[in-house]
Amino acid sequence: MTRREFSARFFRDPGAIFAALLLLTLVMLAVLAPFIAPQNPYDPMQIDIMNSELPPYWEPGGEEQFVFGTDAQGRGVLSTVMYGMGISLMIGVGAVMVQAFLGITFGLLAGYYGGWIDSFLMRLADIQLSLSTLMVAIIALAIFQAAFGPGTYESLALYMLILVIGIAEWPQYARTVRANVLVEKKKEYVDAARLTGMPARRIMLRHILPNTMTPLLVISTIQVANAIVSEAALSFLGLGMPVNRPSLGSLIRSGFEFIFSGQWWITTIPAIVLVLLILSINLLGDWLRDTLNPKLYKGH
Amino acid sequence: MNAPLVSVKGVEKRFPMPSHFLQLKKPVLHALRGVDMNIQRGEAFCVVGESGCGKTTLGRVIMGLLEPSAGEVHYEGTRIDTLGEGDRRPFRRKMQMIFQNPYASLNPRMNVAKTLAEPLKMLGDGMSAADISAKIDDVMAAVGASKEWLTRLPHEFSGGQRQRISIARALITDPDFIVADEPISALDVSIQAQVLNLLSKARQERNLTYFFITHDLSVVEHFGDRVAVMYLGSVVELSDVAEIFERPKHPYTRLLLSAIPRIGGQAFSAERAPGEIPTAVNPPAGCAFASRCPLAHDRCRVEMPVLRDAGGGAMAACHALD
Repeated sequence: MTRREFSARFFRDPGAIFAALLLLTLVMLAVLAPFIAPQNPYDPMQIDIMNSELPPYWEPGGEEQFVFGTDAQGRGVLSTVMYGMGISLMIGVGAVMVQAFLGITFGLLAGYYGGWIDSFLMRLADIQLSLSTLMVAIIALAIFQAAFGPGTYESLALYMLILVIGIAEWPQYARTVRANVLVEKKKEYVDAARLTGMPARRIMLRHILPNTMTPLLVISTIQVANAIVSEAALSFLGLGMPVNRPSLGSLIRSGFEFIFSGQWWITTIPAIVLVLLILSINLLGDWLRDTLNPKLYKGH
Repeated sequence: MNAPLVSVKGVEKRFPMPSHFLQLKKPVLHALRGVDMNIQRGEAFCVVGESGCGKTTLGRVIMGLLEPSAGEVHYEGTRIDTLGEGDRRPFRRKMQMIFQNPYASLNPRMNVAKTLAEPLKMLGDGMSAADISAKIDDVMAAVGASKEWLTRLPHEFSGGQRQRISIARALITDPDFIVADEPISALDVSIQAQVLNLLSKARQERNLTYFFITHDLSVVEHFGDRVAVMYLGSVVELSDVAEIFERPKHPYTRLLLSAIPRIGGQAFSAERAPGEIPTAVNPPAGCAFASRCPLAHDRCRVEMPVLRDAGGGAMAACHALD
């Protein structure tokens, strides 16, 4: 499919346009948060505890300064959500980069060399997949938290989450890459490359990998959404981002305690944003999969 | 006779088949069962046989894409099948291959210029970019391709055009020897003649030697100088093209010749030899063709015939010739 056909199909599909616009808006809100957010929730000078638990401005007692109200520490929910979404996206994209690096490396090796390398890596992937991502992450993060103490943990939480979620999900990539390598390496253009005396590593990276990119693009979108959800779940369990640098998951958790005392906005607003973010990514991923794989039965 | 350009000595290739680990007799596919042949400089040496007879495997063993299980491959007197990558480099430039399927032999993500430049970048010993592009223009002209093709991707071309690009890629290192693995069988009949003519022209202009794999005897008749007929991993007849069409020695060769469609019919209405090609997995002792052969007798089922002089410069492997 050429680039032109691709964009033509995109602009003919209102669902895809809607998902892309929604995702673009959310990403822009997160990226531009330092410039457009009404408040910097990381700056103690801008936070006033007297403003805590204010309702959204359309409710009685709400203030226009805090459109979506404030949380227990007096931070504006709109600002924390914008900053938090940035952290969630960073973890999602970072974790997928780790997954892709590990998965593509192992998948290429397993598919190209076959034999015991293939058996070893794929059994490793099977074992990894038989343990749920959350279980692995909870154990790893709990050990880390206990070993280094909460102080060190808070400063390294972002990188730890990226690493743990990245390592826990590499088999998705490895399996996809391996399956495609098995198909591609039988094609004669790979033999032609071998006849030039090209080293195996270069054949894999230069000839085989570019021809397995399409399915990787599709799973990458879905995996970003999965990583964000995993991070949110870990943060909700108290193993994710600390309260002073909250992600969407930690925001939902910190507001959860107030939901029965009437302050519903502290937890609901970040939850709605999380749902919209995941929905837009998944809709785009589905559309990509349908578009790039014409053999797929579309149900009509 | 001069020293051969390429010689194949007693080459065998066995592929282990997937088996259960408790299975006592491991199934092994015998793709090549002791093949000997000498290919002279400048000739078009054809190999014919039906699917699964090992002709493609033989081509790949000669090119070093597969390692022989036994036997030797020599190029100008040097044994090449055991060479390491560094020692093989000079031979890679002299030996090239044209593949069967033009839809799989070009990387779909690389444009024609990159595809053609690759062998030179790997084997050209630091050729300058200007030299490489001059060389590309040269081979593109030789295969009758226009310069506008260079920036295009393979999916923009037809099968015949792609095969021209494959030929250009094979010619770009100035080889002496080209293995052509059924280069025209995936093409439309109208294009087949064009590609064959192109190969003949390249042979005359560049003094090439071909190892031409095909299943089509009518192509051999027009294109080849000598021909080896293969059946189930071994050569059953090896002779000059004219001789084989006039006086085929081996019953299998006769069967193949009778299957060529001729104007005036008969090929399809003629009596068929019974049976099918036996499986190459743990093949039976004796002559592989015995189960289909009208001349078969007891000895054929026990003892495998070897290639021997059959008169008229031909060699054949058949007990009926004794």
